[in-house]
Amino acid sequence: MRPPSPSIPEKEFVVEALKQGLRLDGRAALEMRRPTLTFGPDLGWVDCSLGKTRVLAQVEAKMVKPPPERPFEGQITIHSEISPMASSEYEQGRPSEEEVTITRMLDKIIRRSDVVDKESLCIQSGQRVWNLRLTVHFLADSGNMLDCACLAAIVALKHFRRPEVEVVGDEVIVHPPTERAPMPLSMHHTPFCLTFAYFQDTSIPAILDPNRLEQRLSAGVMSIALNAQRELCVVQKAGGVPLPPTEILRIVGVSTEKSKELDKFVKERLEDDWKTRKVEVV
Amino acid sequence: MADIVLPGESVNAKHPNLKLGPGLLQLPGGPLISTKAGTLRHNSNRSKWYVESNSRRYVPAAQEAVIGVVVGKNGAEGFRVDIGGPHNANLDALAFEGATKRNRPNLKVGSLLYARVSLSHKDMEPELECFDAQTRKSEGYGELKGGFVISCSLKTCRQLLDPNHFLIPLLGSKFPLDAAVGLNGRVWVKSKEPKHVIAAVRCMERVDPEGENLDGKSVNEFLDTLDI
Repeated sequence: MRPPSPSIPEKEFVVEALKQGLRLDGRAALEMRRPTLTFGPDLGWVDCSLGKTRVLAQVEAKMVKPPPERPFEGQITIHSEISPMASSEYEQGRPSEEEVTITRMLDKIIRRSDVVDKESLCIQSGQRVWNLRLTVHFLADSGNMLDCACLAAIVALKHFRRPEVEVVGDEVIVHPPTERAPMPLSMHHTPFCLTFAYFQDTSIPAILDPNRLEQRLSAGVMSIALNAQRELCVVQKAGGVPLPPTEILRIVGVSTEKSKELDKFVKERLEDDWKTRKVEVV
Repeated sequence: MADIVLPGESVNAKHPNLKLGPGLLQLPGGPLISTKAGTLRHNSNRSKWYVESNSRRYVPAAQEAVIGVVVGKNGAEGFRVDIGGPHNANLDALAFEGATKRNRPNLKVGSLLYARVSLSHKDMEPELECFDAQTRKSEGYGELKGGFVISCSLKTCRQLLDPNHFLIPLLGSKFPLDAAVGLNGRVWVKSKEPKHVIAAVRCMERVDPEGENLDGKSVNEFLDTLDI
């Protein structure tokens, strides 16, 4: 059963408070919820939460035969499905509009912007390549699942290590992690996705990282994916209120700052986690 | 005293005048089992037994006060109300103080209500009323105008109804506010200033046992850090 849209008093209150520059969780308009990253026992297993929104991403690698038209390239497949576990709003089997948007954005950000160097995933041209399978589980929805899912996916890829392989003639030897240290993926860049919500009332400025109620009441969201080097990867705005070009440039500027912060945060967290792991090479 | 039970576990409760509360069920033939996971509790003379637990999904029970949102109308006879349970509840248009066939309450889709569950049966949709059927007085029930609704866990709601609970008196000592606690995990607060409502929302979230489970002293310190 779909929950009803927010009640009239809730709507009025949120809009009234936003006009005064107040958000329900005490954040400023362009402040995001502080992400928390938890790493699992396996490499490439990341649990990311933004407030009460929680997403789990996992990376696995296996060897497959590449298609004949791309013999030198590895493959990345992304599996993301919103189950009713996230919220009673979602139904099993029927993809909601939000799910389609999130799946497409993840595809654009991770696959099409070439985050992972696909040629480095080649083992034997035309014979064997690595297939990376990225699974994204949505555990709880408290708004802005897209940014959370994207952050989880990127960190999972950065955290993942694939086993080292050696090619001798036609033989492929896979070295278990106890023998040789697993290799990190070769990544071109690390984009971060940032979502801004706009309201019908134009006196309310754009807000970053909308929570569930704000997202429901907004008159459109704009998602920007870019890396800390200010290279824009994806700008998505599906309908909603029209925006002047100056506003979009302002948002890109804000996003650059935020993605620099995120980049630093992710690097620190990965380093901290790496210190707790001892990879012993015999 | 603190006895943890799981669903389906048999419960040993005996009293000549035994009354079962939420989470307990007597099967045909006599055995008594629990239907929820939680702590088994009873009153001082061991006549009333119930299971206390925390959950997020509300299951309606008769005589409980709830906060609902009107989601539709049943013709002119009544309203369909979302109370956060598995089914929408029905509210008769005549179940209001002073309502007659000519003078019906004017509720829109999206209006907030404070109502009491008058009927809850496992095979029927729940029914609500906004007055006391005996006295025909509103007793505080009716439409809630303005304000904001906070969602919290069901345990927090029950705790807030305890007159000795610290939170609402503490908030009241800092700024004037109106509040209505529904047992379906919704708390309505209203205050003149939006920042006061936001302070109440943030405190409520931090008091929730699913979140930080703060005590009175820490909430007081937290309130001092806010600009109110």
